[in-house]
Amino acid sequence: MSVDLADVRKIARLARIALSDGEAEALVPDLNNILGFVEQLGEVDTTGVEPLAAVIPNTLRLRADVVTDGGIRDDVLANAPQGEHGFFAVPKVIE
Amino acid sequence: MTDLTDLGIAAIRDGFRGGQFSAREVADAFNAAVAGAKGLNAFLVQTPDHAIAAAEAADRGRASGEFAPLSGVPLGIKDLFCTKGVPTTAASHILEGFTPTYESTVTAKLFAAGAGMLGKLNMDQFAMGSSNETSAFGNVISPWRRKDGGNAALAPGGSSGGSSAAVSARLAPGATGTDTGGSIRQPAAFTGISGIKPTYGRCSRWGVVAFASSLDQAGPMARDVRDCAIMLEAMSGFDPKDATSLDLAVPAWEAGLSSDLKGKRVGIPKEYRIDGTPAEIAALWDQGIAWLRDAGAEIVEVSLPHTRYALPTYYIIAPAEASSNLARYDGVRYGLRDLPDGAGLQDMYAETRAHGFGAEVKRRIMIGTYVLSAGFYDAYYTQAQKVRALIARDFARAWEQCDVLLTPTAPSAAFALGEKSDDPIAMYLNDVFTVPSSLAGLPAMSVPGGLDAAGLPLGLQIIGRPFDEQGVLNAALAIEERAGFVARPDRWW
Repeated sequence: MSVDLADVRKIARLARIALSDGEAEALVPDLNNILGFVEQLGEVDTTGVEPLAAVIPNTLRLRADVVTDGGIRDDVLANAPQGEHGFFAVPKVIE
Repeated sequence: MTDLTDLGIAAIRDGFRGGQFSAREVADAFNAAVAGAKGLNAFLVQTPDHAIAAAEAADRGRASGEFAPLSGVPLGIKDLFCTKGVPTTAASHILEGFTPTYESTVTAKLFAAGAGMLGKLNMDQFAMGSSNETSAFGNVISPWRRKDGGNAALAPGGSSGGSSAAVSARLAPGATGTDTGGSIRQPAAFTGISGIKPTYGRCSRWGVVAFASSLDQAGPMARDVRDCAIMLEAMSGFDPKDATSLDLAVPAWEAGLSSDLKGKRVGIPKEYRIDGTPAEIAALWDQGIAWLRDAGAEIVEVSLPHTRYALPTYYIIAPAEASSNLARYDGVRYGLRDLPDGAGLQDMYAETRAHGFGAEVKRRIMIGTYVLSAGFYDAYYTQAQKVRALIARDFARAWEQCDVLLTPTAPSAAFALGEKSDDPIAMYLNDVFTVPSSLAGLPAMSVPGGLDAAGLPLGLQIIGRPFDEQGVLNAALAIEERAGFVARPDRWW
């Protein structure tokens, strides 16, 4: 499989990264180079193999259903590019 | 009096306890070394006041006979660890101006153990790189130079290149690193120091800027094996705030150090003898085998048949996880916001990320987005997870025949800055020996073995069973004692 310019633009849109025309064109061979490299995995016979997500056996823990955090609104907002009235502020999304 | 910056962690700890010097003298000596080494660009932020405050607390404690495990020891902290009140950027513009209001678990543990912080160490942006050239704030320059008369600036390795440069240049007796596919071990090898990535889950990931969550592990980088054991003890431990944290007691690794390997079996994976490996690295590997045999170990050849698929597996799984993790940088909650006049929310996201992320980070987010996208997910991501299972199974089978594995750490000595930066695949190949154990979550360590003909350090890697950091440290110690590695970079900075 390989990607073309339209694919690169679609991926960039999904990833929410603005690309100039030049950047998009440069990424076509760049991504194809890497995809060509990783495609050798296709030759591995993985019949009957379960995909591995957790490398070290571990069990998900449960804890008591009690509040253990919170009350730090100012800390949470301290690094916001724009914090207003105790909230994160963004450009208007509904006209 | 000896130069205090020549001392490692154990020597500082013991000398401080023995009253040979004060913690404040140690902090002052390292603060001065950091301030005088701007040419290496190893530190993004200097925090001399933090180191001094910890030192003064240690000195006060000593007066009343109270000692913590790292009392009097100042450390460098990789800029991937969130540090309360101290800017943390992961060497990316997108986090410029971000000052955490909380402390990562690992740094909190180190500070609770008495350590002070000299500053935040430069690195590859979001830990994506093997040379430090992807930092948004200029690459770190290795303190090492080739002994061929040339003064080519060399890579300190990556991604923990600020950490490796700082420790090898005696700017810090030890530093934190993080390792996703080799980011502690390869820079340690390039700069002639030691570094261990523990079993996945030993060190909490809480407060560590995420790259690829199923792979990321913190670990220590220091001058020798004992210093790594001391630091790792302080960094490890169960943390309820990290869902993948191991709920296991932290062993007394330093007390358990022993270079007597009688009864131990050391596996030599035949698939790691890859074409194109420089003769000097192959020779060092053979020398390492002889050293471990001399330490009493039995040497056995083992097979890890899926080794050649580890890098392609990694370059699907790591970018996939990165594309998900880095979705949080949206210009809303922290860091950079780029909002062109009249732009809407979607444009703000896209412009912020376009201007905030470096080229390699964008490349990996794009790859990750693609392999996770509808129609391609099974062919790439699910297949990579299955091959990852096979790679882990290879190791599990090897453990039926041996206790640890011995391999080279990296396929070359340090290369010059710019030498590989135009070819992502060539750069990725640097991690050929370190990535498989990362995919399997295993403890693995690099220890200096010798110098190549150009006078640059080469490292040997020990890989161990899950949870057997002790076995890894002990085999590394056996190498360290026999290698007698004392080379250090001549000061030019």
